Parts: sequence; C-alpha cells; structure tokens
Amino acid sequence: MSGAWRDFLPDIEKLALSAGLDYNPVEFEAVPESFMMEISVYGLPVRMPHWSFGVRYIYQLIQHRMGHSRLFEVVFPGNPGHAYLARSNSMAENVLVTAHVLGHADFSRNNMLFKRSQQQVSDNIVEHAAQHARQIARAIEEHGQKRVELVLDAALALEQHIDVDQSVRRERYPEYAVDPVGIPDDTFRTRFNSLEAEEAAKNPAARTRAPVPPRPERDLLWFIANYAPELEGWERDIFLAVREESFYFYPVFATQIMNEGWASYWHARLLREANFLPQQIYVDAIKCHSDVVRPLASGENVALNVSPYFLGFSIWEEIVKRDGLEAARRILKEDDDFSFIRNHLTVEMAEKLELFRYRAEANGAVKVTERDVHALHEALLAPKYNFGAPGVAATHIRVDGTLDLLHDHQMDGRGLDVERGKKVLEYLHRVWRRPVIMHTVDEQGATIELAA
Amino acid sequence: MDESDLPAANQRINGWYELFSRGARDWLRHNEKVRDAVREHLPEIIAGADVVGGGARTVRVPVRMLEHYHFRLRKPSEREGVGQGAAKPGDVLAKPNQPGPGKGAGGKDDGGLEFTLEFKVEDIVDWLWEEMKLPNLKPRVGKAEEVDWTREGWDKRGARSRLDRRRSLRESIKRRAVQGKSPAFTDDDLRFRQLAKREQPAVQAVVFLLLDVSGSMSERDRQLSKTFFFWAVQGLRRQYRQLDTVFVAHTTEAWEFSEQEFFDVSGSGGTVASAGLAKVREIIDARFSPSRYNIYLFYASDGDNYTADRPQAEAALAGIAEVANYCGYLEVSTGADREMNSETATLFKAAAGGANTIGSFPLGRTEDVWDAVRHFFKQQAGVT
Repeated sequence: MSGAWRDFLPDIEKLALSAGLDYNPVEFEAVPESFMMEISVYGLPVRMPHWSFGVRYIYQLIQHRMGHSRLFEVVFPGNPGHAYLARSNSMAENVLVTAHVLGHADFSRNNMLFKRSQQQVSDNIVEHAAQHARQIARAIEEHGQKRVELVLDAALALEQHIDVDQSVRRERYPEYAVDPVGIPDDTFRTRFNSLEAEEAAKNPAARTRAPVPPRPERDLLWFIANYAPELEGWERDIFLAVREESFYFYPVFATQIMNEGWASYWHARLLREANFLPQQIYVDAIKCHSDVVRPLASGENVALNVSPYFLGFSIWEEIVKRDGLEAARRILKEDDDFSFIRNHLTVEMAEKLELFRYRAEANGAVKVTERDVHALHEALLAPKYNFGAPGVAATHIRVDGTLDLLHDHQMDGRGLDVERGKKVLEYLHRVWRRPVIMHTVDEQGATIELAA
Repeated sequence: MDESDLPAANQRINGWYELFSRGARDWLRHNEKVRDAVREHLPEIIAGADVVGGGARTVRVPVRMLEHYHFRLRKPSEREGVGQGAAKPGDVLAKPNQPGPGKGAGGKDDGGLEFTLEFKVEDIVDWLWEEMKLPNLKPRVGKAEEVDWTREGWDKRGARSRLDRRRSLRESIKRRAVQGKSPAFTDDDLRFRQLAKREQPAVQAVVFLLLDVSGSMSERDRQLSKTFFFWAVQGLRRQYRQLDTVFVAHTTEAWEFSEQEFFDVSGSGGTVASAGLAKVREIIDARFSPSRYNIYLFYASDGDNYTADRPQAEAALAGIAEVANYCGYLEVSTGADREMNSETATLFKAAAGGANTIGSFPLGRTEDVWDAVRHFFKQQAGVT
C-alpha cells in the first residue's frame, strides 16, 4: 500500500511542469531513518570521516529519541538531483514530500548561487563528496589515521572561512608586484627612466616580489593550502576537498529561508491542484503541510525563534499573490536570504506574522524590545553573515614563517572567544608548522594576541 | 515503500547503509580520542574512581564529549533574536533565571554532554606501568617447572575439535584454483591445530593484605587502604598468572576473611601488630610454601601499635621477611604526618635495615595512592 506513492509521481511531475517548474531530473530513494539522520549530521550522504561528526551524530540520536526531530526528506541539487525519503514516511507524507522536493529541485536549478556552485564544484555533489571520502580513506591508509586527523581537525575547523566571491579554482597571487602607476608630472621619474639601463636593472629578478597576501585574505582554507610553508601534497588536497564542500554548502546556508519557503509554497500549491489524489491522501497531506509551515508559536504561546519554513512560505505566498509568478521567479533567480528578507519582509508582513525582536540577558531575563522592521531584518540576518563565522583574515607572513591572523572585531561587534580561539590556533599550528598568531580584542576592547 | 519500487541503479547499492553506520564509526573514533585524553590523566582519575567492589574488572569514568573547536565570538552578556507570537515591545517573556517559553531559548553550547566510559582494569594497569615507567616485578622462585600445552603449527590429521576451518578453506581454495571443477573439500584440505608440550617456570604468588581494623582506624582510613590494596593487587596480577590473595584483619587478635567481608570488617579496641603478622606467618606455613610461592605482604595501619608489643612484632616481621619477596607498610594517617615516627613505622624502619625487601610509605590523601603504589614497586625492583 505505502509503495503506491510512486504511482502518483508522473502525475505530480506533469502538474509541476505545467505550473512552470523547471528542474533537473530527480532520483528518489527511500532509506531507513538511521541513514536520514546521518545525512543530516554529515550534510552529505557519503562524506569524509571525522570524529566531530560522531559527536554531532550522538546529539542527533539523543534529540531523535526525545522526539524532537523528524526528517521527511533530504534533497541534493545536481543533474540528476538526489532525494532521500525516510522509509517511515506515510503515503500521504511521501506525496507531499515529492512535491516539496520538486520545489527544491526547481530552486537549485535556477537560483544563481546554486547554479554557480554546481558549475564550479560539481553538478553531482553526492558523487563528488564520495570521491573526497575515498581520497581521505586512501590518505589514512598511506599516512595513518592520526596524521590525517590532524589535517582534518584544522581544515574542518575553518570550514566556514572561505571567500565565496572568488572562484573555487583560484590561481595563486601574482608573484611580482605590478609596477607602480606613474605619477603624472613626475619629471624626475621620466628623466630617470629615459636613462640607459644598466645590466642589473634589465634583469627581471630585480622586480619586487609582491607581499603575500597582497591584501587581507578571508579564504583561509585556500590560503593555507597554497602558502603553508611545509604542507605536503596530500595535506593540501584535504584542505582543498574541505574547501570545495564548503563552496557547496554556502548556497544551502545562504538561501535557507527562500529555499524552504519556495519548496513549501510549491508542495502546498501542487497539492491543491492535484485532483488525481484520493480524498483521504489529500486530507492527510494537507494536515502534514500545516504542521510543516506552522509558526513555532501557535495560539497564545510565544516562540523565541522563527521557523524558516513558516517565514519563507508566508513571504513567497505574498509575493506571488501581489506580483505574480513571473516576478517571484525573477526573485528566486537573483536573491539570497539577505536581499530576500530586506526587500520582501515588509512592515505589513512582519505585523501579520507577529514578529518581534527581543533581548535575552545572561541572567535569563527575556524582554521584547521592538517591532521595527529594519531591526527585524538585521536580527534575522545577523547569524547568517560571513557564513555564520567571525570575520578572520590572514594578513601577513613574517620572515620566520609566522602567520598573522586578524579578527575584524569592529564588524563583529566584539572579540573572539579566547579559549576556543587558542584551540583552533593549535590545530592550525600543526599544519602551518610555524607559529600562528591571532589579533583580536578582549572584553574591554583592548587589543590582544592569541598564539600557538 | 517496497524495495521493489527502487530503480535498478539504486537496487545495487541498496542496503549498504544498513550494514555500516558512519555515524557510529566516527563516534567510536571520538571515544578512542577520549580514552587517549583520559589516559593522560589516569592517576588523578583513578584515585577518585570507586573501583573496589569485590574484584571489579572495569572502572567507570565520567567524561565530557570532546568539542571540535571553531572560531567563535565571545559570549555576549545579552543575546538578541527574533521571536514570533502575540507580544508587544516592553513585554517580559521570562524573568531572570527562569527558562524562557517556547523552544530555542537559552544556549545549548555550554558544557556539553557527559557520559561514562568503561575501562578495563587490566588496560589501565598496563598504561600506568608504561606511563610511570614502573619496573616489572622480579619473581624469586622459578625452579619448579610446570607443564603446559600450547598451540603450535598445523597438521593434516587431528581431532575433529581442533579443525581449523579458516586454514582448511584456504587449502580448498588453493586446490580448486589449480584443479578447476572439483569437490569443495577433500580430506587433503583439512588442517588441524597441533598442541605441543611446553615447560614453563612456575610463577605462583600470594599477596597478604593485612589491615588494622582497631578502633582508631576511621572509615576514611579504611577506604584509603582499600584503594591502595586494589591497585597493589592489580600490579601483582600483571606479573603473576596465578595470584592468590589472602585477607587478614587484626585488632588485638587476627582473623582471615573472604574478600567480600574483609572491607566491611570494623573492630574495636587496641592494636597489636604482632597478632596480625603471626597470623600471616601461620597461613604461609599452612598453605603457601615459600619454595613454591612468591610472597608479598602489604600492611595498612595508622601506626598506633602497643609499645609493649614491639619485641613480638619485630620477631614476627622478621619471620615473614625472611621468606617474603617484599613487605610493605602503608601508614594511613588523616593528618599529613610524613614523619613516619609512629610505633609501627619505627618497627618497619628498623627491620628494613637498608634492604630492598621492606619498605614503608605514608598515605594521607587519595591523590597519594599512586605515589604509594609506585614507591613500593620501584623499591621492590631495586630502582629508586
């Protein structure tokens, strides 16, 4: 009986295509719940081994036992896309989930951030990540678990520290400084240059070497992979593998509200229009839908966070109602959560959704502060800046090889957590193999140096 | 959904994830790392662990989950966020030190989960010996030979119970690779494990744990002695395949106890060490011939022996020392009295007379248990 949802797949797809969805083919697979849990822990069906995933796995297991999380589906973009459905889903849930997955598939084929990551990383991230996992398994065989782990400790700690404005395949910095642009009316220089050059000056080796890095470098994974004084080839490959996966994860992270909202909008809409579904399945599926897009606070309760499904779904519904599907599809192509929230979470919308900003003090007191829409935008987006990580850049390599890192405390508003920071520097020290120094500020705002 | 629904491409790999959990694999690796971390602080952890419950084989140590560190901002004194529901500016949703309503309130990043790891006592003892560079004990007696059977090699004939299936299968595969189509097994493929007689030196040992249970020994003193005894015995077990333990408690009289009863015994009245020592000698004579056994004695007391008992005690101690590999005296005192000038301490000091076979050590705090163990084992091996 429960197998029959697949019978509806062709009808659902036909409906989706006629409604204007535009997606790569998706391969559906039903997997046990334990596997769903692992996908959500690793972020990918097959991924490199690391003990930190084991910790997350146990947390997830505990949460799951307490009944806090239930995963219906996980979908991976690509051509073809891959969708994993929990084997425990009911038939109605699977019908809903299928429509939801098609919404995601449409999103990931058309959204610019997603398109870019698929072009640059891979249009089959599932297989690509599995290759990385095999690559690391080989490294473990060759160099031993301990050594590989040291590299992964460092690389995975810097997971969020990439520069998405740069290309995945990025060239090293130019080795020589570009000649300074001539200063106009510099008669001395003009005359000097007109003199006959001596042999030494003609020699290209006399050109000045460009400083490394030429400007503060945010892409720490790339920087260490390319400029660590004694990194071995296989260690570099691990850094670059982690970096590629980060480039894949970035769009997932930066469009979560839009993406979940869009998929929810489409499963709701396709379901409404699916006149081929038996009554009972339709009713069950609609009930499941309302659970998914339900605000966390229903009735008198107040929630201290906002469900991205609820928020995204509500905004998309409003956009389609007000400006039509064409406009919605343009937004889908060009926006990420930052522009989406700032441009389309309007005053009326925020009021209707009963959003508010609050302040929680260390002693546990929680107070509602305001409903100003701009303040709401910024508070919603604050955890999303810079891939959710503090702004850290490599600024300088000293003569003895010491690496200087600078934390942009002004952008982040406060200094780094000192204990954790030191531990990360210890990870980095083991691959950089020279001292690593971080500049940040303490509670009083005074400059401090952490070193390893 | 049925398996049969799955497209053929997926059918091939379907199910591999049911055989193999990557989450569990990485979790085990995490635990291994925790073990390594625990290993580095073993002496402190062991001092506190409650190990002595009638021959415990494992120790449970509470540990924290490891954190994989990332750069993070310092925890702010106030946190801002966006909530949802019927509330207006100025509303107080939670008073100080009350959990906020709804989900997601409060940080979950503090602390981390605690769980318990079980360690095998044998492993711990091995680590400790490595870590502290403790010498192995020197068995004294080794003349009497024992005959033992050990596995050695394979043969084509043998008792059915010693059939080595793995080897037999290997032979069969080798043969079939050459012969092509032929029966799965022939008699020629079968391999049987062979046993050989080996003569080994007899390494038998007995350790006497002598405990003063007079009125002046407090509950805490006894607990300390107990912890020390436990690890001392483990150290000996490491060396001797066969180790007998004899538990003797004394006040003005002495009795032998079983292990279970031993640590619950509490007596009253005075301390006459010679009674306990004489009892030990009596048991040696009756059951543990010094020509066949390595004999160890550990004696725990607070040191308040009757002064009048000195001559008898000296004689009794000398009687044991002449047959024992080692006699250790552990002075359990609540006050950190390191002077060791109590009656009993004087007794042992006098008996030692510079020899390696008698030693004493003061034990005041649980943290010192390891120093005590180390002291005795090093001295016994003649390393200082």
